[in-house]
Amino acid sequence: MNEQTAAPVASLRDVGLRHRKVRALDAVTLDIPAGCMVGLIGPDGVGKSSLLSLIAGAHALQTGRIDVLGGDMASARHRRHVCPRIAYMPQGLGRNLYPTLSVAENIDFFASLFGQRQAERRRRIEELTRATGLAPFLARPAGKLSGGMRQKLGLCCALVHDPDLLILDEPTTGIDPLSRRQFWELIARIRASRPGMSVVVATATMEEAARFDWLVAMDAGRVVATGTVPDLLARTGAATLEAAFIALLPQERRRQHRPVVIAPRDGEGVDAIEAQHLTMRFGDFVAVDDASFHIHQGEIFGFVGSNGCGKTTTMKMITGLLPATAGEARLFGQKLDPQDLATRRRVGYMSQGFSLYSELTVRQNLELHARLFGLPAESIAARVAAVAQRFELTSIMDVLPRALPLGQRQRLSLAVAMVHAPAVLILDEPTSGVDPIARDAFWRTLIDLSRKDGVTIFISTHFMNEAERCDRVALMHAGKVLASDTPAALAARRGVRTVEEAFIAWLEEADGSANPPPPPPPEQAAARRAMARLFEPRRMASQARRETLELLRDPIRALAAVLGSVMLMVIFAYGITMDVEHLTFAVLDRDQTTASQSYILNIEGSRYFTERAPIRDYAQLDRRMQAGGLALALEIPPGFGRDIARGRPVQIGAWVDGSMPARADMVAGYVEALHAQWLGIVGGPASPVNVAIRFRYNPNVLSVVAMVPAILPLLLLLIPSMLTALSVVREKELGSIVNFYVTPTTRLEFLLGKQIPYVVLAMLNFTVLTLLAVAWFGVPLKGSVAALFAGALLYVVAATAMGQLMSSFMKSQVAAIFGTAIVTLIPAIEFSGFIDPVSSLRGFEAFIGRIYPTTHFLTISRGTFAKALGFPDLSSAFLALALAVPVLIGLCAILLRKQEA
Amino acid sequence: MRLANILNLGVKELRSLLRDPIMLVLIAYTFTVAIYSAASALPETLNNAAIGIVDEDRSALSQRIVAAFYPPYFSTPRLITPAQMDTGLDEGSLTFALDIPPDFQSDVLAGHKPDIQLNVDATRVSQAFTGAGYIQTIIDTEVTAFLRRYRALAAPPVDLALRMRFNPNLNKSWFGSVIELINQVTLLSMILTGAALIREREHGTIEHLLVMPVTPFEIMASKIWSMALVVLAATAFSLLVVVHGLIGAPIRGSVALFLAGALVNLFSTTALGIMLATLARSMPQFALLTILVIMPLEILSGGSTPRESMPQLVQAVMLLAPTTHFVALAQAILFRGAGFSVVWPHFAALIGIGTVLSGLAMARFRKAIAEMG
Repeated sequence: MNEQTAAPVASLRDVGLRHRKVRALDAVTLDIPAGCMVGLIGPDGVGKSSLLSLIAGAHALQTGRIDVLGGDMASARHRRHVCPRIAYMPQGLGRNLYPTLSVAENIDFFASLFGQRQAERRRRIEELTRATGLAPFLARPAGKLSGGMRQKLGLCCALVHDPDLLILDEPTTGIDPLSRRQFWELIARIRASRPGMSVVVATATMEEAARFDWLVAMDAGRVVATGTVPDLLARTGAATLEAAFIALLPQERRRQHRPVVIAPRDGEGVDAIEAQHLTMRFGDFVAVDDASFHIHQGEIFGFVGSNGCGKTTTMKMITGLLPATAGEARLFGQKLDPQDLATRRRVGYMSQGFSLYSELTVRQNLELHARLFGLPAESIAARVAAVAQRFELTSIMDVLPRALPLGQRQRLSLAVAMVHAPAVLILDEPTSGVDPIARDAFWRTLIDLSRKDGVTIFISTHFMNEAERCDRVALMHAGKVLASDTPAALAARRGVRTVEEAFIAWLEEADGSANPPPPPPPEQAAARRAMARLFEPRRMASQARRETLELLRDPIRALAAVLGSVMLMVIFAYGITMDVEHLTFAVLDRDQTTASQSYILNIEGSRYFTERAPIRDYAQLDRRMQAGGLALALEIPPGFGRDIARGRPVQIGAWVDGSMPARADMVAGYVEALHAQWLGIVGGPASPVNVAIRFRYNPNVLSVVAMVPAILPLLLLLIPSMLTALSVVREKELGSIVNFYVTPTTRLEFLLGKQIPYVVLAMLNFTVLTLLAVAWFGVPLKGSVAALFAGALLYVVAATAMGQLMSSFMKSQVAAIFGTAIVTLIPAIEFSGFIDPVSSLRGFEAFIGRIYPTTHFLTISRGTFAKALGFPDLSSAFLALALAVPVLIGLCAILLRKQEA
Repeated sequence: MRLANILNLGVKELRSLLRDPIMLVLIAYTFTVAIYSAASALPETLNNAAIGIVDEDRSALSQRIVAAFYPPYFSTPRLITPAQMDTGLDEGSLTFALDIPPDFQSDVLAGHKPDIQLNVDATRVSQAFTGAGYIQTIIDTEVTAFLRRYRALAAPPVDLALRMRFNPNLNKSWFGSVIELINQVTLLSMILTGAALIREREHGTIEHLLVMPVTPFEIMASKIWSMALVVLAATAFSLLVVVHGLIGAPIRGSVALFLAGALVNLFSTTALGIMLATLARSMPQFALLTILVIMPLEILSGGSTPRESMPQLVQAVMLLAPTTHFVALAQAILFRGAGFSVVWPHFAALIGIGTVLSGLAMARFRKAIAEMG
């Protein structure tokens, strides 16, 4: 072990941090020694993760000063300089990995961010996966790995650039004990081969922390003690680190704590739950494989295993949530039938994580569940009160759960599961994330329920010390139950002291694997290239490649990207048509002479009108117009032919359905024109002038010819901008944005890299849309194809940049979608000349219209399609688009932060 | 028991909605501001149309014609040269260009019936047709009035008495507000029910429901009734207060009949919302899917453009969409005062479509729940 003689690897002075109103860190002053393994200990929510993300440079410093590897982390220049020497693995199983990318693709992406060449990347992938035992799974998507494997992959990605400081945030939470042991062995071997490397680890598990060189104990945003393990034990006079930690807590917190005492159970009960050969397959994945065990009435039965080993699935089969693929479960001797709702009343279930309605108060949650379980209405109030009393919720009955601390929420979940007084309680990892004091309190309640009320409790956990508290446990791994017995008997069967050691022994047997071979010492520690360059095309290319892979593997986004625009083009072209044709009309002809026939024929002969059966009387006229069957009704008066011949004035009645004003306008125009035409035929007065109308560019005034070039700019804006709007903010929600924060990737590389795939897709869409326009809709492309293509390219770059602009500062995907819809739809449709030319707009609208990219591409699109124009005629539109691109991308780069704020 | 579950779960949905400020704002916005602004912003077919005039005559008559174009239908005419006419049309800054030839006035007075050339940018179809008609009428009127000072003209022997039924002044905001209301009913009912399901899944509460003595059918039915109730109440409010009260659109038929129609339409659209929510894995995916589904439903349903102008195939396919029938039914009742005897076929169609859609949604929902394990 290195002595703490060297300068500290990180030193913090008065560091404070707030997340909105919550104080996460409070004046932390700390020197973390270099070259050794440092543990940050304390339960969830005490500020360990905040501290680590500050040290890693992922989170922006608010108050105080942090020096890491000899420089101030507040300086962007220093961060850029040292980030290739730091590796950061955030909390959550593989939260910074890309779940749809394979193991090899993940490592390759991280390696490429650090400027490694292809040959070197390949060598490192091989080395690292061999060392971690991931070599056989190179092609498997990260999302389909078990928790332990995911953590190993995270470690591979962190170690790919030979860091001097390795920061691990709860790396072993939720993984099985064998994987955990292998993980620490791996770290030990890596440290042996790179002695200078400092490792800082946060953990909530005290047994794990006992093996570290130096510890920092934290509580409520403060450091309560630092020192080596013997130091801390000596100072508190405690036997175990867990006891020492509780002794270090402030007085009033300590007082709430009472040790868990397990009362003995009297006698063997009958079997409450019996599982026989339960099997669950999802496709070709076997989640649970032939699991058999039985649980006595009134006992606490523990289900121990890593995340994803099949515990939850087994529990769901027993609750009837999932029908088993094979095998059967019995509840009190009766075969479980998922369709039989009565058995559900005998079971209380508490699912993993907090899953009550956070929008309902504590009381409303309890009452809702009581009602759904069919408790008699008159007994509900009393039952809710009793449960509230028992689980100490009386004082918080009208509070919303999200305002409660985790421990109280846990009690509420338990109260909800118990509201219908079930005989069996199934609890899926109820204590993960809860601090040791609250956890012990929770266990006291469970023991009480089991011993006093005779409730059978089936609990799953990945904490080994909780396994020791159960009456009997089943060890589960990869869908199989390895063994099931009392904790003492399990340890005795393997000749070891604890359940954990016994479990490891069974796991090794099950995996049939010894430890993976030690990694060859990385002699050729790659000379670091100048990583501080501001723009590195290769890093941009690797961002682009990753974004493409992820997009193609997300079916809904890929579908929207590839087919969305084409589908909308067809819909718009057919739907927004201005050709009003085949209008229905009918005539009430009271004359029935050749004159009236010629009038009707004149109308019917035009392409605008289609005649329907004649109208018999006014009542029928009313009814048919009401039903919407007639756009126009005509009445020709009796004696029409005779009066015309005699030169007497006559009047034809025409009723137009005015419920659709635009259509009514058209109908009125057509009827008047046809009337005038008919008058001309029968010799009426002529107009004194001849207005010669030339419909330019579109002589037949076909809607589709006019609409398609106008829709094209809309479509190339709507969907591409929506997709890029999700690109950055999606990573913020999923957590992988942290890789941008802590790697040398610059903003421009990140933004452009993400944008490129969408630009390429949009150009593909553009090509398909143009072909569709010409070949399917028959819109002639009269002008310069090159100009249209160049304009489209500039335009889609601007359009995708607009989506990214939203994405770069919004915090959630839904907000980004809304925001993008607002900044694209209205300006593009109302202000860009789609409906009214920009020249007819005034004030603010005109200003937006003049600077909005759609305006200019609309000019290019209409110009090249219909007006036979080329580059010289459209130069001002090109200039405007060429200006918009750098402005928008520049804005994105300014608004995107390189650290979490 | 079952009905009680559906009722209790539905009340839970309503309580959840009450505590979701974003959704509440969205509902309030779509049923008030959005409808009002859509109604008032609906463009007239001719609105400040850009017109340029080449006056090569410079006579009293040509000046009279120039002066006859003014806002709001036309922008004040730009006097241009013949060369500017082509560039203006090419750039799109002019939609209409009128060329009054030399000696126009003297030719008119001499009864030579001179040509006057009107160039129209026909890539703006909506304005081109109506605008050309207006311009023709304006020129005719001006020339006729000018001539009347010199000689008498005969009145036409056959007169056409053109009357607009149901909306005598062709007030576009009446039409726009009702169409917007119809669109919002579809949009909101899909988003609300879909989001209610996705929210349960994202918060993990759906599992919780499923271990209770509650069937998937009850869960789905509770979401449908509660969200349909919200949309229906908002629709009634919006129709009476915003559309009728603020915008002043007359309601000719029975409001109750219209709401009954909205209800049967909601039967289909909420089922559609559930279906999309089972296909999407997250809110953003749901939003993308909704955009792709709602666009054709709204645009091709006959609300914004008349169905008869669409190709036969599109018309036939769209008969399967609930919105087509809802638009037809709403227009008939609200604008034309039709009664049940007239609109019953649309009711029947909506009930049929709704039954099929909710059957499909139910099947998808059960399957999705099984996959969620």
